[in-house]
Amino acid sequence: MTTTHCPYCALQCAMHLETGPDGRLTARPAPFSTNRGGLCRKGWTSPALLTSPDRLTRPLLRTDRSAPLKETDWDTALDHITQRLLHLRAQHGPDTAAVFGSGALTNEKAYMLGKFARLALGTSQIDYNGRFCMSSAAAAANTAFGLDRGIPFPLADIGSARTVLLAGANPAETMPPMMGHLSAPTLIVVDPRRSATARAALDRGGLHLAPRPGTDLALARGLLHAVHVRGHTDRDYIDERTTGFEAAWEHAATWWPEHTEHVTGVPAAQLHEAADLLGQAARRRSAYILTGRGTEQHTTGTDTVSAWINLALALGLPGREGSGYGCITGQGNGQGGREHGQKADQLPGYRHITDPDDRAHIARTWGVDPADLPGPGRSAYELLDSLGRSGGPRALLLFGSNPVVSAPHSSRVRSRLRSLDLLVSADFVLSETAAMADVVLPVAQWAEESGTTTNLEGRVLRRDRATAPPPGVRTDLEVLHHLAVRLGQPGTRFPTDPDTALAELGRASAGARADYSGVTPQNLASGQALHWPVRADGRPTPRLFLNRFAHPGGRARFASPAHRPPAEATDTRFPLIATTGRLMGHYQTGAQTRRIPELADAEPEAYVEVHPDTAARAGLSAGDWALVTSRRGTVRARIRTDPTARPDTLFLPFHYAGAQAANNLTHPALDPTSRMPEFKVSAVRLRPAHDPGDPS
Amino acid sequence: MSSANPSPRQIVVVGNGMVGARFAQETALLDPTGERVRTTVIGAEHHPAYNRVLLPGVLSGDYTTDQIRLPAPDTPHTTVRTGMRATALDTAHRTLTLDDGTLLAYDELVLATGARAVFPPLPGAASPDGTPGEGVSALRDIADCHRLLTLVRPGAPAVVLGGGVLGLEAARGLQRRGARVSVVESSPWIMRRQIDEPAAHILSRLYGDLGVQVHSWRVASRWIPGTGLELDDGRILPADALVVTAGVRADTELAAGAGIDVEHGIKVDDTLATSRPRVHAIGDCAQHPGGGAGLVQPGWEQAAVLARRLTGTEPGARYSGARPVTRLKAQGIELTAFGRVHAQDGQDGVRTLTVSDPAGGRYAKLATRRDMLVGAVLLGFPQAAAALAQLHDTGTPLPADRLALLQDTPPHTGPNIPEPLVCRCNAVTRHDLEQAWLDGARTREAAASATRATTGCGGCVREVDALLSDWGDRASAN
Repeated sequence: MTTTHCPYCALQCAMHLETGPDGRLTARPAPFSTNRGGLCRKGWTSPALLTSPDRLTRPLLRTDRSAPLKETDWDTALDHITQRLLHLRAQHGPDTAAVFGSGALTNEKAYMLGKFARLALGTSQIDYNGRFCMSSAAAAANTAFGLDRGIPFPLADIGSARTVLLAGANPAETMPPMMGHLSAPTLIVVDPRRSATARAALDRGGLHLAPRPGTDLALARGLLHAVHVRGHTDRDYIDERTTGFEAAWEHAATWWPEHTEHVTGVPAAQLHEAADLLGQAARRRSAYILTGRGTEQHTTGTDTVSAWINLALALGLPGREGSGYGCITGQGNGQGGREHGQKADQLPGYRHITDPDDRAHIARTWGVDPADLPGPGRSAYELLDSLGRSGGPRALLLFGSNPVVSAPHSSRVRSRLRSLDLLVSADFVLSETAAMADVVLPVAQWAEESGTTTNLEGRVLRRDRATAPPPGVRTDLEVLHHLAVRLGQPGTRFPTDPDTALAELGRASAGARADYSGVTPQNLASGQALHWPVRADGRPTPRLFLNRFAHPGGRARFASPAHRPPAEATDTRFPLIATTGRLMGHYQTGAQTRRIPELADAEPEAYVEVHPDTAARAGLSAGDWALVTSRRGTVRARIRTDPTARPDTLFLPFHYAGAQAANNLTHPALDPTSRMPEFKVSAVRLRPAHDPGDPS
Repeated sequence: MSSANPSPRQIVVVGNGMVGARFAQETALLDPTGERVRTTVIGAEHHPAYNRVLLPGVLSGDYTTDQIRLPAPDTPHTTVRTGMRATALDTAHRTLTLDDGTLLAYDELVLATGARAVFPPLPGAASPDGTPGEGVSALRDIADCHRLLTLVRPGAPAVVLGGGVLGLEAARGLQRRGARVSVVESSPWIMRRQIDEPAAHILSRLYGDLGVQVHSWRVASRWIPGTGLELDDGRILPADALVVTAGVRADTELAAGAGIDVEHGIKVDDTLATSRPRVHAIGDCAQHPGGGAGLVQPGWEQAAVLARRLTGTEPGARYSGARPVTRLKAQGIELTAFGRVHAQDGQDGVRTLTVSDPAGGRYAKLATRRDMLVGAVLLGFPQAAAALAQLHDTGTPLPADRLALLQDTPPHTGPNIPEPLVCRCNAVTRHDLEQAWLDGARTREAAASATRATTGCGGCVREVDALLSDWGDRASAN
């Protein structure tokens, strides 16, 4: 039996993997601080993908785009990639090669991928799908606290809170075992939909605030207004531990409750009620504010999270035991993945790629001249959008990501990928993006290799290898090693052993903000709760900011950005708002979970959740196939009616591909700070799909 | 900045109220570097811009005057000059004269002079020079607010003359300060323009329950300082203070003096242009065919449109009129009204639905035309009011079941899922659990390992325990 952690979300539930009578691995929940012995259906069924008939076990190659991918051997595949990369580099320079990483990669892989891009390829063009995840919250937390660790306290702390506000987070659907921590607190759920989490809140006497999509910033400001006017602001805390309250208040002052009601649709009386629940709990230092993708995936995402943090600061929550602000990270290693150098502007340990000291430290660790390290590159969507264009990369190497389904405005992403001279995908199944590639490299899955991840509370965990990869499959670290050597790098610079990579990551991050230098295979194995920073003495930091925030001077900073509406407004041609999200039974682009029969059978196809009257007005009823169209594309989905839905809002899960891909609709406008796309608000219209039959 | 760029245009804004200040802020946001425009705002009051809408909240003690300050544009390209009055406008030479003699040249002029309180012809209410009489004040600016707070002491009586939105908000505010307040309204009912009579009756009663006496359809005949307000029926309402909230008049003096077309406001079109080139008007002083004066939301929309036009960021921006929503801000009373509130059922295709609950202090009237909401009065329906105002605002058709709309709690059910699940996280039905029980799973742990139920969020633990014990009881009874 091997005890490890789930391959999917950032809760990183512990599980026991055992070989069943049929020789295959099975999973069952193991006790752990985040999942408390729970596991959702994705976790239970996760081993099924290890032996899926869809599993890739040999490299695939095509030298002609019109020909199908054909199986080949590793040497041929890697030689082909190397020759093409060298040829393109000679013609166009090092930035012609781009790398796209993932919050699903272990810390060791994320670290090695950044090193590979900067040293073996010499490119500045590396970013990752986490840009589509927590980047807005990360930017806001950095501005407010000087440091971003999604949840800067142990998750279990929230269990004893009196009140928890969840803004745009739906853990009852997306990370069910987390609800175990939320059974005692009174919940205030902010979500345009009556989500499973919103229902849980109401069942236990809490509140559901349902703003019109795209108005969360107004709502957060309106709550700050209500909190202040009702006397719930913590004046001593504001004076002693923060700066900028007066300016933040001036912006909130224009959001009096009735005005906020007008813009958001949330009744003023509910704002007062929520303010009082938060204020009374804050007075007992027993309130938390947590944000999720629903409030973050907007062109105003950074400002919106800043407004939620302002609310938390006004109530005196952050940096005190028993209360706080946190962002609920989504991807399995979304936290670690954003710390160790696969982001365009960062080097390992949250170091800045433009900071001379940070560059010097990394160059020393890597044994190169600081001048040889490239500078900052393009952010994820800008990178994808520049592919094949003049001045943009002509080759792309993808690791653990499926941007054809996950990025906004799918048709444009597809056409960019098609225009490349070389597309390489390292994956374990033929995802929609891998299917477009020139070379597909079959890589190992989570249970077939060891490595560390950092969960949503900033705790570093170890996943242990439970079984050998199938013959013909290599690990990502092996792929990077072999490619680097072919590109002229010394082999020792790209170790294939995860523990060796972790030790190097420790040295690279030593003294940095996300310091892992004290994380060792030994203290990981001992089960110690290693919340970072873990300095060389091995002592972890379960709660950040208790004495000071990470800014010079130690104070947290209120932000006071001006109000902005969503990138796209509804009009007579596109009168409805489409918003997107996740389902219990699927994970991200569904590349994995749609291949697990038990999960696929439960939710086999895209649906659009809509108020029955809105459906009826479009000539549709439950079970009909519908077309949802925005200025960018169309989605086919089956109608599911919900009388609690806002009549102006449609909801689509984004786990499906092709004609059913929700991101056919979404707007590629970006947040000016975090470069987060506008995933959660698209102006659309709804009509029946007249041609019957299987649309996929 | 390249030398090829023309030098920035000079915009002068007359008025530093909610709309003038908002215009300056929008402009600063659209042109943060000041390469397109430089803005100068002239404010008559000495205070920095503040939120006039919240003045009743200052009366009630919810806000200090500091707390209602509006954000000032944080840029050197915007200058705000307070305590200055514009005295003359010369549109031929494009200059504005200030009361200290300064002459300001402009490329574009924005009139945001707002409105002034109207004093009814009531003996004692105003001195011959137009200033308020002894014990009398309007509620239009911070100075009025300070004056009222010195006039009104806890326990002392006060009268509000004018039962419109501002009057009712002021009455509730003063009453929360501890004053004994009555309201006098000359129309047949309070909020005559915004709500219908039955709603006003219930609203009056709600005020009465709070200790504020409402006297509708009563004309005041005389203000007797130190005594009170005499009504046309001879009664005297004792009062230390008289708050005059009997309406406002657009401040058009400057515009009229410059020969600009003025009716009850400064006439503007969809581009917010007046009858003279390069002169624009927004907010309460402007008269747009689509209406909207008197409420802040349309004024803010006008400010945003004009800022986009004058900075050149969206030269084609248009203001096409407002769909104003009246929302009373009085603690403990939830009143929203908009559109054709006086519509009769059957009149030109309009249908009405009315729910009246005088004892419960609730009233709702919806006016609909085909699928669309064309008007509503909602008293004591906070949730429905918020939702309906948004439907009205966005032109979204109404759901079919209009009565259900008025229920504050929408049906507490999820999407249509074929079979109810006991454990949602792991999609375990009652049938699955029963099968596991029949196969020998007698404890929660055994049921969990057989079906996975209870292992997700844990929300079904109680239900699973109950089912197991129920089946156990039945088995032992047999």
